[in-house]
Amino acid sequence: MGFGQLSFDMAHLLAGGVLLLCFVLLYQRRVAAVIHALALQGVALALAVAWQGWVLGMPGLYIAALAALGAKAVAIPIGLRLLVRRLELRRAVDSAIGIGPGMVAGVALVALAVLVVLPATPGSGVLAREGLAIALSVVLLGMLMMIIRRHPIGHVAGLLSLENGLVLAAAGPRGLPLVVELATAALVLVLTAVAGFFALRLRDDVAGPGPGLLHQPYAEGDPPGKAGR
Amino acid sequence: MTPGGIVTQLVHLALMLALAPLLVGLVRWLKARLMGRRGATPLQPWRDLLKLLRKQPLLAESASAVSIAAPYLALGATAAAVALVPGFARGMALAPMADLILVAGLLALSRFALALAAMDVGTAFGDLGAARQMSFAALAEPAFILSVLCFAILAGSTNIDAIGAVFAEGGPGLRVSLLLALLALLAVALAENGRLPVDSPSTQLELTMVHEAMLLETSGRYLALWEMQAALRLMLWLSLLAALFLPFGTAPAFSGVFGWAAGLLAWAVKLAGLAVALAVFESATARMRLFRVPEFLGAALLLALLGAVFLFLSTGSA
Amino acid sequence: MTAALAILLCALLLLALAGGGAARWSALARGVHGGCLAVSVGLMALGGAVLAGGGGAPLLLPVGPPWAPLSLAVDGLSAWFLLLLGAVGAAAGLFAWTHEATAPPRRLIAYPLFLFGMALTLGAADGFTLILGFEAMSLASWGLLVARALESRGEDERLAARLYLGFAIFGAACLIPAIALMGGLAGDLSFAGLRAAPVQGGVAALVMALVLLGAGSRAGLVPLHGWLPIAHPVAPAGVSALMSCAMTKVALYVVARLLLDLGGPAQPPGWGAPLLVLGAASALLGALRATQEVDSKVLLACSTIEHVGLVAMGLGLSAILRAADLGPLASVAAGAALLHALGHALFKTLLFLAAGEVEHGAGSRRLDALGGLIHAMPLVALCTLFGAAAAAALPPLVGFAGEWLLLQALLSAWRVGALWVQVLVAVATAVAALSTALGAAAMLRFWGLIFLGRARTPRTLGAQEAAPPARAALVALVVLSVGAGMLPGSLLALAAPAVAQISGHAGLVVAGPLVVSASTVASDYWPLGVLGLLALFAGGLAAVLRRWSPHPAARGPVWDGGFIAPPAHLPFGDPATQASAAGFAQPLRRLLGGRLLMAREVVHLAAPGDPAPARLEAGFHDPVLPALLRPLSAGRERLAGAAEWLRDLGIRQFLGIAFGTLLLLLVLLALVDPA
Repeated sequence: MGFGQLSFDMAHLLAGGVLLLCFVLLYQRRVAAVIHALALQGVALALAVAWQGWVLGMPGLYIAALAALGAKAVAIPIGLRLLVRRLELRRAVDSAIGIGPGMVAGVALVALAVLVVLPATPGSGVLAREGLAIALSVVLLGMLMMIIRRHPIGHVAGLLSLENGLVLAAAGPRGLPLVVELATAALVLVLTAVAGFFALRLRDDVAGPGPGLLHQPYAEGDPPGKAGR
Repeated sequence: MTPGGIVTQLVHLALMLALAPLLVGLVRWLKARLMGRRGATPLQPWRDLLKLLRKQPLLAESASAVSIAAPYLALGATAAAVALVPGFARGMALAPMADLILVAGLLALSRFALALAAMDVGTAFGDLGAARQMSFAALAEPAFILSVLCFAILAGSTNIDAIGAVFAEGGPGLRVSLLLALLALLAVALAENGRLPVDSPSTQLELTMVHEAMLLETSGRYLALWEMQAALRLMLWLSLLAALFLPFGTAPAFSGVFGWAAGLLAWAVKLAGLAVALAVFESATARMRLFRVPEFLGAALLLALLGAVFLFLSTGSA
Repeated sequence: MTAALAILLCALLLLALAGGGAARWSALARGVHGGCLAVSVGLMALGGAVLAGGGGAPLLLPVGPPWAPLSLAVDGLSAWFLLLLGAVGAAAGLFAWTHEATAPPRRLIAYPLFLFGMALTLGAADGFTLILGFEAMSLASWGLLVARALESRGEDERLAARLYLGFAIFGAACLIPAIALMGGLAGDLSFAGLRAAPVQGGVAALVMALVLLGAGSRAGLVPLHGWLPIAHPVAPAGVSALMSCAMTKVALYVVARLLLDLGGPAQPPGWGAPLLVLGAASALLGALRATQEVDSKVLLACSTIEHVGLVAMGLGLSAILRAADLGPLASVAAGAALLHALGHALFKTLLFLAAGEVEHGAGSRRLDALGGLIHAMPLVALCTLFGAAAAAALPPLVGFAGEWLLLQALLSAWRVGALWVQVLVAVATAVAALSTALGAAAMLRFWGLIFLGRARTPRTLGAQEAAPPARAALVALVVLSVGAGMLPGSLLALAAPAVAQISGHAGLVVAGPLVVSASTVASDYWPLGVLGLLALFAGGLAAVLRRWSPHPAARGPVWDGGFIAPPAHLPFGDPATQASAAGFAQPLRRLLGGRLLMAREVVHLAAPGDPAPARLEAGFHDPVLPALLRPLSAGRERLAGAAEWLRDLGIRQFLGIAFGTLLLLLVLLALVDPA
């Protein structure tokens, strides 16, 4: 199996789409856009898993894909949107180190993942190797997002993206045994984590009298003196 | 350099020059329709050009020979680049020269000439536009070169014709790297052409202008030359994207009437499709703040780098 | 051939003596400059002749210590750099002939010695002569700076001279041990001997580090570039050009000679990596600083750091490709480095001399005090435009040819196979393209702020066109650099021996008079074709529009977005309505300056109701030099404190210290003895 075959190319492209959406997540600075990108990533992941199910002839993967689609592309984004609206969270997702350096760090992490995967998988095919590298990159980027975002939604997005990476790795061309069960369990775990996280974290964030709502209307992270552009 | 190649080259150049203002008019018309207006006919840019040519140009008192010579140089450089990028047919007379880095260099030359003309009169807007344009180009150029790196790895060459030929056979297949390179090139193309969300092509708000700010002091035939240059540049980028990512249906150098007709049809469909995509995208996008543009282009640069890294991963084992 | 070099070197020594006599006979000053001009032309001819016809056997000089006989030889590599040195020296000589007719004798002594040092370094056939020439070059150029500091009595000049001496001593302290290590205990310092026994293993790494520190500090490679923007602009324009264009290249020659030619064969792929990384860092930092500087000559010096970085990238890449057995690609990278070195020497000399003319004519080097000079100095403006466009790497000029080859080499270097090399090269490609684009922005800012727009001070309006000899120098440089840009293939064919020495690959890039090709499968570059296309299209347009749009242009007041006409006391308009040097640099300062150059911007707004204008304060500082100097000065303080106790020692203790040192050295010798 190599480049030029449709099955390989599509799997490759869908996994790449998941990775690309990780960078889209890193790039966003609005809550609504982050949730949107998260939903898109869920769709891409579901497609990738479903395609893998078709290629490998494992109908169980369709179920995992459906679960991913329902939870990550529909349920969680809607829930997050409702939460944001009800709790009146800040609209801007600020980053601790700025967008540009965050992206640079992201590319460096991907390069690191590639450098790690290449010597660790001698003899395995190009497909397995690239799939593993992409999955590892997605996991690392999710962690990065959790570290550099200050907004609770940013943390949730990081966690979900991390989990997406794990599912991507599990549904890879080599495949894990019990992949469907594992994916579902991971999903449940993440859902619990998100719920618990919100319950704990938001109490701190929203407990104050609400100075968060009085954040500057623009120019976050810019040098002063250029308002009005 | 066969006679067929020369004929193809001449036809290609004539078509490009004639269609460039039409393409701009088409995008404007499509955008107007999308917004529910009737819009001017796609022929309008040609009419504007001819009207400008008839008018007497007015030069500022402090203008030097730069204001007079720069538009010819800029348009000449853009036209030279246009002559190199294949449109409806492959294997034109200038195909051996059609190097992607040279195209980038010729675009840089026309950009330099435009910035010089903007600075010539010595106004705040001209200087501002020139400074902004050169700064954006500082990020757009490496993003372009890194996309070229992806092509060079996949096709083994930086010659546009050679890349198109390799891609038309479907050798590389679908690749994440190509997807990333495509996104990077799209961002660069938007920035280079001053389209939304980087710069609004029809803006009249001085504080946010880049391209238009540089042309505030030009008039008459000089303005016509600059407008033609901008139109030709849009044509160049759309043709380049089509030649690299949609190389299907391109006619061989001198393949008879039917071959040419098929190639012309494929080319027209590709250009029209890209124009519709551009119009839809522009209608759906808001202009970003000026100081977000570097982030936008920086993201393009990093995506292209990512594409190259993934290519290394998949070719390193082969 | 070698004898001709010896004669030219002797002539330079005689010229230095004559410069000493200029204290009594002031007419000698012109003679010295004329002599230097003639010798430079001779060097150029010698370089060309050797490249075309081959050099001769090494010539043993009758002077020198018995353990290291001095010897001279001109091979392909040194001939290429002699060609470059001759071209720069000739132009600088013509400029000095015009402007330095009354130079004081100390400068007239140091100037030929400076040339002598560079030529001796290039013509050396053994390590000892190389060091001798390199140090002569460093000290003579230091003398030129000191002479300047004595004339102007400015604090800046004194600081520059002191800093320069510090870096020169540091360079010597690194380079001498490096050559000693290469020679080993056998002590054969001749190039043939060094080539026969290349360094290996840990010693090789040490030699690499020492050479990069020693010669890299002279070439202006990051992180040892801090002195260059301070020292180069202090000297008169001709000397600045020699320092910036010739001396940095001589330092690069030393790097290429020691690391690539003598130490290059049989090295691991990592051998070129430090050079590639340092070159990329220099290119980026130099180009970025060039977009921010407000003094024209400092700007040009920073741009020199950029181009030196690009050449170093080519050299490093060549070493990497050679180690991976990709000979043809290694020769492409080496050809790119050599071509760009020559191109940079030509266009940067042109730019420095033009900056000197502007300083002479308009009375300032500050971009904020110039403007609109194209009306007063049209020929200088036109010549400078060619230089600036070449430095901005615009086709079809010489800067683009070098960058094209370098990019082609970078784009093909993924064939090396090792993943870390591929990632490194991809990043280096991005940095090279970024630096090129930044360099273009810097050159636009340089040329546009000086020559375009309106005058920013009244003094600018009194500027005069350059004197005829200086004009001749500028025009000759334009012709040379445009010619080099049009015929890169022929130049590369001429440089074939030098390329073969650096890259270890005899068969060169496909290079004819019309076309340069990166390799058989990659792509071609036809500079004459590009020029023809440009001329055809631009000329055709002009001809067509002359028929279609025949109205002559009318002149009117500038519109400027509806600004009112300036008041009567500002007859040339308010200079504040044009961009200032800092204002033009603003987008890039925000884009990259904040992180890389610690740039800052503060807006001081007047209180509401106060009619005072708002003020913008902007600036940056390069963090590298202070970071180097601060620990050094702290260390000096500590050493001085620690050395205090030496004063109280008696004679026995002193003897004991000397004896102990001797014993230590003997033990060291016994340990490292290879037998």
